[in-house]
Amino acid sequence: MCLGIPGEVVDLLDSNRHLAKVDVAGVRRNINIDLLEDENVVPGDWVLIHVGFAMAKIDEEEARRALEGLQLMGQAYSDEVQAVLESQIA
Amino acid sequence: MRFVDEYRDPAAARALVARITELAGDGHYKFMEVCGGHTHTIYRHGIEHLLPTSVELVHGPGCPVCVIPMGRIDDAISVAQAPGVIFTSFGDMMRVPGSRGSLLGAKAQGADVRIVYSPLDALRVAVDNPEQPVVFFAVGFETTSPSTAATVLKARQDGVMNFSVFSNHVTIVPPIKAILDSPDLRLDGFIGPGHVSTVVGQRPYRFVPDEYGKPLVTAGFEPLDILQAIQMLLTQISEGRCCVENQYTRCVSEGGNPRALAILDEVFEVRPQFEWRGLGFIPESALKLRPEFANWDAELRFEVPGVRVADPKACQCGEVLKGAIKPWECKVFGTACTPETPIGTCMVSSEGACAAYYNFGRLHREVAVTMGGPR
Ligand code: SF4
Repeated sequence: MCLGIPGEVVDLLDSNRHLAKVDVAGVRRNINIDLLEDENVVPGDWVLIHVGFAMAKIDEEEARRALEGLQLMGQAYSDEVQAVLESQIA
Repeated sequence: MRFVDEYRDPAAARALVARITELAGDGHYKFMEVCGGHTHTIYRHGIEHLLPTSVELVHGPGCPVCVIPMGRIDDAISVAQAPGVIFTSFGDMMRVPGSRGSLLGAKAQGADVRIVYSPLDALRVAVDNPEQPVVFFAVGFETTSPSTAATVLKARQDGVMNFSVFSNHVTIVPPIKAILDSPDLRLDGFIGPGHVSTVVGQRPYRFVPDEYGKPLVTAGFEPLDILQAIQMLLTQISEGRCCVENQYTRCVSEGGNPRALAILDEVFEVRPQFEWRGLGFIPESALKLRPEFANWDAELRFEVPGVRVADPKACQCGEVLKGAIKPWECKVFGTACTPETPIGTCMVSSEGACAAYYNFGRLHREVAVTMGGPR
């Protein structure tokens, strides 16, 4: 449950509700960016996502490496991606 | 060389292993990783079998699922069974055994227990079911607790009064201290947790070198990260230095994430005591909601029996969590205790040492053979 998954921010939604749309493994989902409110997240940024929240801004290279590492994890990774995709944060 | 070839940069991995072997020389070094993600990487990639016998890795209490004591599971089940309650939990917690079964069992018996990915999903369940109390089973270190805190703030902002949190959030520093204080364990250093440190930063670990004279290197989750962290630990030792170093600068900064820490502090306060499975009571090691958030505190809204339940006799999770024994040295490992029918928590989560070894141990031995490795 402690996995963080990289996602690319594609859109900032309601700033009042700290919502952003991210691309995770090719699928778009909403996440909460409240915890990065001081870091001026903009579309194109990569973030590490954990339980529906962006917890750290990362660079593209780190995102790519993290993804490769996660893919090597097999089942644990697919379960986590599946969970992200089933989540309906609004 | 199959496993080394799986690494992003096999040549770099080989070079690191060679350097580690050289630095360790004839010594014997024991390093503990305190992060379940690291434990998973170590087993998944057979890192222990790449290392020379002079370097031993000990898997610490870094999996938040593994450290929840039986009594808290019993409490969770009794809240889940309260009239009308919808109880929400991360999937990992569903199989964790209490003294009278698991949440999965309670669900089979009719309790409304739902798996959620995020505390925000739990909040949504509450919005969608305004007539029913919805409880979120909150577990996790500082990686996860700020998300719970932000969700509680959102519940207050949106006036979602039927939502509450059963907090079992724990903090990373006290168990490290408890392990350093435990007499039966001799460690030479720590591989510091990755994601937890993106939140707390590096400063909270300074007591490890300052008060206990042990080095700590925060590491990322790739096999190469772990190998590099081990090399950095050995380098410190060989140069007679002892400090907190950061291998994972890609994600971890000195001060962590100040906003996450501020939100955490706004919503939570430290409990005087909390019981850890296998480790007993550790002072100031867990979080509960502040009195201002009483409406969202499940422990105040529901009858929580709070009975202390001893760990099962056969269970040696405590020794595994302290690194005193290896998973396969537990008498019930792989026989009475398997991921399908776990007796202890270390077998439940994929980040637990026993489950990781159970799932990847076979590969481990293969690696040892194909590598013609040290073990
Ligand atoms: S094998 Fe089971 S009971 Fe033994 S230490 Fe591991 S999880 Fe605990």
